[in-house]
Amino acid sequence: MDELEKMLLLEIADLHKVPDGAYNIRKNGEADGRRSTPHIRIEPRRDAKAGIDIFVSGETKGESVHIPVVITETDYKEKVYNDFYIEDGADVLIIAGCGIHNCGQATSEHSGIHTFHVGKNARVRYVEKHYGSGEGGGENVMDPTTDIRLGEHSRLEMETTQIKGVDSTVRTTRAVLEAGAELVIREKIYTHGRQYAKTDFSVQLNGDGAGADVVSRSVAAEQSRQEFTLRIDGNGRCHGHSECDAIIMDDAKVVAIPALAANSVDAELIHEAAIGKIAGEQLLKLMTLGLTEQEAEEQIIKGFLS
Amino acid sequence: MLELRHIGFVAADGDANKEILDDVSLTVNEPFVAITGPNGSGKSTLAKIIAGILTPTEGKIFLDGEDITGLSVTERARRGISYAFQQPVRFKGLTVKDLISLAAGKKLTVSEVCGFLSEVGLCARDYIDREVNASLSGGELKRIEIATVLARSKGLTVFDEPEAGIDLWSFQSLISVFEKMHARTKGNILIISHQERILNIADRIVVIAGGRVQKDGTREEVLPGLLAGRMCPALQG
Repeated sequence: MDELEKMLLLEIADLHKVPDGAYNIRKNGEADGRRSTPHIRIEPRRDAKAGIDIFVSGETKGESVHIPVVITETDYKEKVYNDFYIEDGADVLIIAGCGIHNCGQATSEHSGIHTFHVGKNARVRYVEKHYGSGEGGGENVMDPTTDIRLGEHSRLEMETTQIKGVDSTVRTTRAVLEAGAELVIREKIYTHGRQYAKTDFSVQLNGDGAGADVVSRSVAAEQSRQEFTLRIDGNGRCHGHSECDAIIMDDAKVVAIPALAANSVDAELIHEAAIGKIAGEQLLKLMTLGLTEQEAEEQIIKGFLS
Repeated sequence: MLELRHIGFVAADGDANKEILDDVSLTVNEPFVAITGPNGSGKSTLAKIIAGILTPTEGKIFLDGEDITGLSVTERARRGISYAFQQPVRFKGLTVKDLISLAAGKKLTVSEVCGFLSEVGLCARDYIDREVNASLSGGELKRIEIATVLARSKGLTVFDEPEAGIDLWSFQSLISVFEKMHARTKGNILIISHQERILNIADRIVVIAGGRVQKDGTREEVLPGLLAGRMCPALQG
C-alpha cells in the first residue's frame, strides 16, 4: 500500500495500519486484504455481483469490522454489493467508507450498496465516511445505497459523513423496522465549489414500539447544491423524529422536502427543518472574543458539523 | 482607561432618523462604573458602540489613549475589550467547553473550564459538554455568557444588564464575580444595570436619559438622589 492509499484509509477509517478484528480492504476493484475472525466471517458473494457477504454471529460482543474502499485510478467506475447478516443478539461496530483520489481528467465513481439484515435484539453501529481528493479535473462520484431491515427489538445507529472532495453524490437510505426496533441516523455533509449532494431517506415503522430518529446537518458553501428528501411512514404504535438543519453560504442552494405519513392513529411523527445563513449575532459573539469574521465562521461550521 | 468624547448615534427609523445618543462624553477609569437610566435611554447602544458592534455617527472613543473609533469588533477585543451580551447567543454544535476555550484564546483543560463554570454557579460536570443551544434555559445561557468574559479576563469588561435572566442565582454571587474579576485583571468593569444592589458597588454612576448624560459622579454623589427621587424607571428595586 502506498502513501496515497494510506492517506485515504486514514481519512475514511482512521486507520494507521491493518485494523484489529475482521476487515476487508478493497483497492481499485481488487481485494487488498481480508481477515475473518471466529465470530465474523467475510466471504465473496455467492452471486456474480462484485462485493462481499459479512456474517456476524450472535456470539459477537463489541467486535468491529472494517470494510474501506480506496480508489486511486481515474476513469474507474464500480458498483459493489455488500450484504451484512447480523444474527440475533450480536453487538458489532461496522466501519465502512470510500476514499477516491482522482488525479486524472475522467470521472471515478463508486456506488456501494449495503444491505443489513439485523436479527432480533442485535445492536449495530455503522459508521461511513466519504472523502475525495485529487488535483485533476476528473470528478469523484459516490452514490451509496443503504438498505436496512431491523428485526424485533434490534437497534442500528448510522453515522454518515461527507466532508470533502465528493463532487456528486446521491445517498439513498431505506429502512424497515419491526416491533420495538430502533433506528438512529446522524448525517453530516459539507459541500463547496460546484458539488452536488442529494440525500434520500425512507423509513417504514411497521411494528409497535418501533422508533426512528434521523438528524441531518449540512453546510452548503460557494456554488454547491444540496437536496434533502425524507419520508417516515408510521404504520403502527410508533414514534418517528427527523430534523434537517442546513447552513447556507455564498451562492449555494438547498432544498429540503420532508414528508411524514401516519397510517395509524397511534403513530407519533415529528419533523423539524431549518435552512439559513450563519446568524450575524453568532459571528459577532465570537468576534467579541477576538476571532476574525472568517475564524468565527470556521468555528461555527466546525461545531455544527462535529 | 476608556474615554468617550462627544458620542452621537442616529439610527434609521423608517424614513426618518432617530437620535439615540447625543453628545455623550465620559471616562471609565475606576474599577466599577455603572451606567443606569430608563429603558430606551440609549444605554445598550452605548455598550455596543464601545464593543465596536455599532459605529457612532459622531464622536471618538479612546482606549488607553489610542483612538479605537475606526477599529473592528475583533481588533477591539484583541486590545482588551470584553463584552457580555444582554441576550446571549445560542450556537448549535458548539459546546460550553468550546465556547469558553475560544474566549480564553487557548485550549483549556477540563479543570480550567470547570473553574470558570463554578465561578458562575454552574455545576461543571453537567454543562461542560452541553451544546450552547436552545436546550439551555435563559438563566443558564446568561451565566455561561458571563463565564466567557471571565475566561477572557481583559482590561475593560462591559456587562449589558448582567442581572437580566439570572433567575435563581443570587445577586451576591454576581457581585462576587465582578470583584474576583477585578482582583484578577486590575482592569475596569463597566456595568449597565437597573439594580440598586449592583449600583451599590459602583465607584461611579452615570445616569443616561433621553440619549444624554444626566448625571455623572461618585456613588455617594449620585445614588442618594436616585433613591430619594426614585428616578424609576431608572431604578428597579
